[in-house]
Amino acid sequence: MTLRCEPWARADKRADKETLFSPQIRAEIDQWVAKYPDEWKQSAVMASLRIVQDDNGGYLTRELMDRIADYLDMPPIAVYEVATFYSMYELSEVGAHKICVCTNVSCMICGSENIVDHLEKRLGIKLGQTTEDGKFTLKEVECLGACGGAPMFQIGKQYYENLTPELVDSILDSLEQDNGE
Amino acid sequence: MSEQQTITVEVDGKKLEASPGQMLIEVTDAAGITVPRFCYHKKLSVAANCRMCLVEVENAPKPLPACATPVADGMKAWTCSPLARQAQKGTMEFLLINHPLDCPICDQGGECELQDVAMGFGEGISRFAEAKRVVASHNIGPLIATDMTRCIHCTRCVRFGDEVAGIRELGATGRGEHMKIGVYVERSVSSELSGNVIDLCPVGALTSKPFRYRARAWELTQYDSVAAHDGVGSNIHVHVRNHQVMRTVPKDNEAVNETWISDRDRFSYLGLYTEDRLLKPMLRQDGQLQEVEWQQALLESAELLKTVDAARLGALVSPGSTLEEMHLLQKLLRELGSNNIDHRLRQADFRGDAADPAAPWLGQSFADLENNEAVLLVGSWLRKDQPLLNHRVRKSVLAGGQVMVINPVDYDFNYGLSNKLIGAPADMVAHLAGVAAALGADTAGVDASAGAEHQAIAEALKAAAKGLVLLGSMAQVHPDFSLLRLLANNIAQAANVDLGFVGEGANSTGAKLAGAVPHSGGGLSVAGMLKQGLDACILLNVEPEFDVANPVAMAGLLNGAKVVALTTHLSPWLLEYADLVLPVAATLETSGTFVNLQGDLQSFNGTARPVGEARPAWKVLRVLGNLADLEDFDYESSQDVRDEALQSIGEIKLDNSLADTSAVAASLISTELQRIGGVPPYSVDMLVRRSSALQHTPDGWKASLHVSADTASQLGLMDGGSAVLRQGEGEITLPLVVDGRVPPACVWMPSGVPGSELLGEGFAAVSLEKA
Repeated sequence: MTLRCEPWARADKRADKETLFSPQIRAEIDQWVAKYPDEWKQSAVMASLRIVQDDNGGYLTRELMDRIADYLDMPPIAVYEVATFYSMYELSEVGAHKICVCTNVSCMICGSENIVDHLEKRLGIKLGQTTEDGKFTLKEVECLGACGGAPMFQIGKQYYENLTPELVDSILDSLEQDNGE
Repeated sequence: MSEQQTITVEVDGKKLEASPGQMLIEVTDAAGITVPRFCYHKKLSVAANCRMCLVEVENAPKPLPACATPVADGMKAWTCSPLARQAQKGTMEFLLINHPLDCPICDQGGECELQDVAMGFGEGISRFAEAKRVVASHNIGPLIATDMTRCIHCTRCVRFGDEVAGIRELGATGRGEHMKIGVYVERSVSSELSGNVIDLCPVGALTSKPFRYRARAWELTQYDSVAAHDGVGSNIHVHVRNHQVMRTVPKDNEAVNETWISDRDRFSYLGLYTEDRLLKPMLRQDGQLQEVEWQQALLESAELLKTVDAARLGALVSPGSTLEEMHLLQKLLRELGSNNIDHRLRQADFRGDAADPAAPWLGQSFADLENNEAVLLVGSWLRKDQPLLNHRVRKSVLAGGQVMVINPVDYDFNYGLSNKLIGAPADMVAHLAGVAAALGADTAGVDASAGAEHQAIAEALKAAAKGLVLLGSMAQVHPDFSLLRLLANNIAQAANVDLGFVGEGANSTGAKLAGAVPHSGGGLSVAGMLKQGLDACILLNVEPEFDVANPVAMAGLLNGAKVVALTTHLSPWLLEYADLVLPVAATLETSGTFVNLQGDLQSFNGTARPVGEARPAWKVLRVLGNLADLEDFDYESSQDVRDEALQSIGEIKLDNSLADTSAVAASLISTELQRIGGVPPYSVDMLVRRSSALQHTPDGWKASLHVSADTASQLGLMDGGSAVLRQGEGEITLPLVVDGRVPPACVWMPSGVPGSELLGEGFAAVSLEKA
């Protein structure tokens, strides 16, 4: 036997793929599918998960993952594997602002524990939880590749580096004033 | 790369021959050099994720995994050098970090690859003092028990699902320490080969649920046998304790079952020890079956056989009986002067008897199934009916071959079908004739028009360098079987591909060879017996309510005849109609021979002791022969019987050619609402029907009536509501299931399932209304 180099098999391919997602979503996913050879459209699974997650208010449901599996002709479990592997995908509802705090080596050395402590105190939640008002979710993540600015976190698509408790407060203050924007 | 080319590698100082492209571990395995491994399996793709098979290779800066290192000419490797040993011990220590120390309560204990390898490569004391991880397990159905805390993430089960079973149901979710193998969403796995992950799992994470806590590996004695529930004749090991079958596992035979067995063959043994297993002979006295001694039962049976009018004596034998049993039964009948014997119990159409092939078989060897470029399945759910043949066909699809179907139900397959024609049972003839017409072949008098799909199928068959038209079990129970067979024959000839049959049971090819058919002497077929009636009827391993095409007619036959039943289980109808019931040894308890669909003659010995006073059927038949004063019934062993049978068979010449190609008219006409019969995969024989674990899988038949959404709305029926199905005099009320696989104007209500005995033949006009 040899090393595997073929796509996941799926016998029951859906014919009615246009019913799975809206035309905009399909167009976005198709852009990614077009980047790969025909038989490798499963390679677009990460982009598809991101597109669908953004469209669904920041998190994925099992049903949405099943639809992606149908859309890309792959077994549903293979989509769950990808979605559970990467920390960027959310499998349950998250707050309007998702704070991803890096606690990996560089950030830890530079004091990420203090940042986490401060965030937990200020928001009144633990890592992995969402505030009652649904505004903030606190999440521990591995290295986001910004070691030069440790300690750091990511909110939405924005990186915040060289964090101190005071800086964290001002960031959160401005976000609270934005009222979820 | 030429196949003949060989290169030389040196492992542990020994020069070994290898072919280019082989992995190092394949070469060492062939040479008998032990390299520890968990994730590598010869039938699965290479994952190289367990790192247990690390070996030292010359000029490599660090140890390399033998499973993922292709050999090269002149390569030097050491499997137990200090560097290799250090790497292997290091891997072992990591693997044991999170593995629980629960061997005393683990079912895998004693046959665990992790235990074995830890004995050789593990340290006596763990340096890991931290908490071990715990993983919650999902319930994945009635066959496989899960203890995922024990999992070492070898991913064999995951790769098996994708590469062999064809549906990936298990996966590895999460990452790092949080990675776990499971289904993610709790559900029963649906593969018909799922039990093989029990054997693949190197640890106790996936074990057999029915076998759980029943026995320890070292208490079991292993015997070899042959599985009895499909035409593959999978080779199996039977594990026995205290003369009882505790479980069955596959035995490697590359030409037959490779290294797999189907779930049906693995878990059917559960039907052996049920409450209705017959323990003593019984005789009807004062209208009641009462237990009697063997002596009396045999004398009474022989007396009946001697006195009955031979023309009105008949025998029905299950196609899963051994060659020896069939040979003796037909000999008994024929010496008594009757040719009324048949094993084709579910066949409905006997008009083609004169054309019957001499020894119907698959038409190809199992290995050849992998090389077909086009396969046309007619009336076959090959995936569930013959799981390991389907596995071979799937390999042909992966290699670029096409599979096309003409089926009465849109069965699911674990590969893509390039073309499918799904229609009511009556349409199957028209579709097949359409393909024949597209090929310019004789359409056997059927008015046929070739549509685009028929053309496409015809062209695929014609273009194939190697192809097959396969008549499945649904075709053989079809009321127009002889017509379907003739059309398939014409198609195969016109397209220059093979014609094959997938018979019922383990020994349908053997049955024909042994003479368990009426036409070698002009006797009555099953249908003939049902029509004419009998004065005395012998049943061998037949459950009359479920094993015959038309149970209603069967009830009539049994009512009018003296019935001698040689059986393993006492079914309600036997209790009601039989006059003499003789308990016989079940498969796995008796010695015998099966001829599988590629003509392999496979003999086996009994493994477990027959329960109660049951005796092997060949012995019972021999004594009946003696007591009926017949000649030449003095066999000392089943081998004697086999030798005699083989002598009369001569050389086994498999032959699918039709002796007569005159056409018959189609008998099945489209009606307003038609029943689709056939037998579900886990209802094929007495033993399988009694395997509770199989019945609880998704493939176990749930008492229900299946119709398409259109038909349901036309009849004003709701999914889940109750409906009454009427067929002739019979009727049954069952929940209705709206099922997209069923064509319009049809009701899928199989034969061989509880309730079907009230309805008669499997294909007929029926009516359906709200209950």
